[in-house]
Amino acid sequence: MVQEQAAVLKPETMIEEFEKNGVTHVVTIPDSETNYLYELMLEQPWLDVVPISREGEGMGVALGLNAAGKVPVVLIQNTGMMESGDSIRGMALDAGFPLVLVIGYRGWTRRGKTPDTAARYTEPFLNAFGINYYFVENDADGSRISDAFEEARSTRRPVAVLIGDEYHGFNR
Amino acid sequence: MPNMIEALDVMKAFGEHRGDAIVTTSGTAGRHWSDVSTNERRDVSLGGVMGGTTPSALGLALGLPDEKVVLFDSEGALLMNLGVLATIAGKKPKNFFHFLLDNECYATTGGQPVPNAQEIDYAGMAKSAGYKSTHSFDDLEDFVTNVGRIMEEEGPVFISVKIVPEVQNLPISMRERRPGRSRMETIRTLQEELGISTG
Repeated sequence: MVQEQAAVLKPETMIEEFEKNGVTHVVTIPDSETNYLYELMLEQPWLDVVPISREGEGMGVALGLNAAGKVPVVLIQNTGMMESGDSIRGMALDAGFPLVLVIGYRGWTRRGKTPDTAARYTEPFLNAFGINYYFVENDADGSRISDAFEEARSTRRPVAVLIGDEYHGFNR
Repeated sequence: MPNMIEALDVMKAFGEHRGDAIVTTSGTAGRHWSDVSTNERRDVSLGGVMGGTTPSALGLALGLPDEKVVLFDSEGALLMNLGVLATIAGKKPKNFFHFLLDNECYATTGGQPVPNAQEIDYAGMAKSAGYKSTHSFDDLEDFVTNVGRIMEEEGPVFISVKIVPEVQNLPISMRERRPGRSRMETIRTLQEELGISTG
C-alpha cells in the first residue's frame, strides 16, 4: 500500500507539464477520475478550461484555438476518444497541427487482462489511427508528457498521453 | 407570405456589414461566401467533418477575443452535435456570431429532409441553451433591415435564416469543382494577416 501511495501521478505534475509546454487551453469533459485535476486547472490564471458537451467537439475547438495561435490540449477519457474517431481523423490528423491528447485509460490494469472493453480497445484504436502514445502511470513518468509535446510540435500531428493511474486517478 | 430567401442574398446582405470580421462557413449554402467576400485573407476554412466547423469557429473566437468571428452554419451540420450550442453558450464568447442557414434538408445528398425539418426552432434552442441573443428570419427584407444592428450586438449571437434549398443530385465525381484554397492555406493566410506566430 505504501508503494501504491508513492506511485501516484499527482495532478500538480500534470499542471506543471502543461505550463512548461505553454498550454493555454484545456478542452475537456470531466470524468470520474479527473475531478481534482479539473479543480486544479480552474485555479490556474494562465489556463483557460473549455468544457465541451461531447468529446468529438474537442478536436474542432482545438483546431480553432491552434489557428488563433494558442496551445490547446484535449483531455478526455478513452471512451470519448473512441467516440471522437472521425473528428480525430478529419479535424486533427488531416488538419496537421500539433495536438496532445491526454487520455484517461479507463479499465487499465497492470495485473493481466482487464474485463473493461474500453481499455482493451484503447491502444488498438490509437495504432489504427497511427497516433503515437506515451504511457504515464506515476510521477516518475511525468517527463513523458513533455516528450509527447515535443513530438507533437515536431511532427505537427496528434500525440496521445495515456494516463494509467489505476489507484489514484487524479482524485483526492 | 414571406419572400423565400436565397443563401446568396443572405451573404450579400451580411457582406455589407462584415467590417473586419473573420468568416468561416459550412454546408452547401456556405460556398456562396467566396463569391461575395471582398477580404479573402480573413476567410478561413475550418471544416473537415460534418459538424466540425461549429466547434472550430468557437475555438477561433476564444483564441481571438478582439476579433469578430462569424460562422455560417447549416442545420444538418448543427444537428450532428446539438450539444455544441451549450458548449458555446457556456464560454460566452462576446465576439461570436453564429448564423444558421436552414434549408430543412441535406441538399448535398439529394435533398432528403433533416429530422423534423419543418418544426424545429433552432433559434429557440440556442436561446434555451444560453446564447446572449437570438434571431429568426424567413423574410429577406426583414433580414436585410436588421443584420447591421445584429452585428453590433454582444455575443454569442445566433441568427437562424430559412433559405431555399439548392439540391444537388449528381454523383460527387460529376459535380462542378470550385477552385479553392486548402484548409491549412486559409489558416496560414489568416495567421499572417493577424501576425500570429505558431513557432
